[in-house]
Amino acid sequence: MATKKTAKAPGGRPGLTAWDKVRLARDARRPHIFDFIANVCSDFEELHGDRLVGDDRALVAGFGRIGPHRVLVLGHHKGDTVEENMESNFGMANPDGYRKAMRLAKLAERFRLPVVTFVDTPGAYPGREAEERGQAEAIAKSLEFFSGLRTPVVVVITGEGGSGGALAIAVGDRVLMMENAIYSVISPEGCAGILWRDGREAPAAAEALKLTADDLLKLGAIDEIVAEPAGGAQKNRRAACANVRKAVLKALDGLVDIPADRLVEARYAKIRAYGNFYGK
Amino acid sequence: MAWFEAKAEKPKIPPAKALWAICPKCKSHFEKSVWKSNNSICPKCNYHGRLAVRERIAQTADEGTFAEVYREVSYSDHLRFHDATGDYRTKVEATIAKLGETESIVMGTCEIEGHPVMLGVMDFSFMGGSLGTGTGERIARACEQAVAERRPLVIFSASGGARMHEGILSLMQMAKTSAAIGRLKEAGLPYISVCTDPTTGGVSASFAMLGDINLTEPRALIGFAGRRVIENTIHQKLPDDFQTSEYLEKHGFIDRIVERRDMRGFIAKMLGFWGF
Repeated sequence: MATKKTAKAPGGRPGLTAWDKVRLARDARRPHIFDFIANVCSDFEELHGDRLVGDDRALVAGFGRIGPHRVLVLGHHKGDTVEENMESNFGMANPDGYRKAMRLAKLAERFRLPVVTFVDTPGAYPGREAEERGQAEAIAKSLEFFSGLRTPVVVVITGEGGSGGALAIAVGDRVLMMENAIYSVISPEGCAGILWRDGREAPAAAEALKLTADDLLKLGAIDEIVAEPAGGAQKNRRAACANVRKAVLKALDGLVDIPADRLVEARYAKIRAYGNFYGK
Repeated sequence: MAWFEAKAEKPKIPPAKALWAICPKCKSHFEKSVWKSNNSICPKCNYHGRLAVRERIAQTADEGTFAEVYREVSYSDHLRFHDATGDYRTKVEATIAKLGETESIVMGTCEIEGHPVMLGVMDFSFMGGSLGTGTGERIARACEQAVAERRPLVIFSASGGARMHEGILSLMQMAKTSAAIGRLKEAGLPYISVCTDPTTGGVSASFAMLGDINLTEPRALIGFAGRRVIENTIHQKLPDDFQTSEYLEKHGFIDRIVERRDMRGFIAKMLGFWGF
């Protein structure tokens, strides 16, 4: 209903509706965390556990190298097979996942190693144990934690940026977003269910929410769009990863020499400016 | 069978809502005056009902000390958002006209039993207490002013979560408020969060759960995801007390459940312990 086609998207690519982008962002053939680990990083070694209750497979963490930089990699893990999907809750992290991310980011901070995050989740896991173990507290703490972390943080929204579950590892100095990724305060289906009282109006909700990379760049919620190969990242995972690698490297090069105090001040100023329409 | 067919005229009974206050938790009926005189607390199950924002301020701040700040910071319709029921601007303007409030949180400086604080009280009747860009901006400014004036921060939350009508930038207010609170703590100041009924979604997943101590009132709803969403995900019935104050205290996320009449004194006592 409200889905209108724009003639040309920036970059001269044929225009896609917001709903087209939602479907592309969720395409199971898109590059996932282990594609990025294989093609963006080298020497990656995964580390497990939050030291409290367990290891959340929905959030992968480990150290590796990107070009000349030694980094901590964090990323949602949706899985490529049904077994992996089940094991990792389709990339919906539990509090344990966010607490593992904070534990290792604290370690990275001690040695001033940058953190690179790959964001791709429908949202934080809505489950009984997730609530009992403090899903809300874990996300809140992540936001506070990453906003003050004294080492560079580079964020890449690679697929679905689903609400608080995405934002928990998406507060950083430089926020990149792949061309066909989406990032939203609520899923189009959830929004349609509440404001349209009909989940089938999701395409209209997707349009209204302004959740595409182009929209988010205009709104100042992201810093840069990473181009995807013709037809989308799922057509050529390797080429898509190569573009991401280039963009991440550039971001890291620009951040690693900034003294920690200045880095944290600049990050706060950036966060502080989100949606400030009110002057000072 | 004529007696059976003859219909007595139906007595006209006004709808229950007009006469009775019905406790949303235990469904007990009370005369409205009883509910009101009991400070919107259920006499039967002790559920602490929602309070109007100005009422809450009056019951928390020392008389005559509350000075509101940032009233000029209001909502933003940068998306020109509209849905099946109309556009956001019309809805929010109607809310402002009806309530006389310009955002979902009222901030101000005041004293609580003589302790100077920066106080924020959320208004659930303002767009479901949702966290918009104006709400986030008010909280961030309040944190910065609190640091400058060495005031502890106290926020009473009541919210359904982020305001989807303001899109991604409402999500970003979760980051903004959390970052500002992080700096307030770094500056050596305390933050007391009071999660009142209900505190859910993006508000519980940001500033409401970041208190140095998290307080609540009896039988409030506090949680991240909605009960129905969880039941549909895990295909199980959840316990009756799921996501209540009592449940959260048991699981370690609430420091203390405090009765409404004791809240002021409790906050003041804590601030006293900490030297504020």
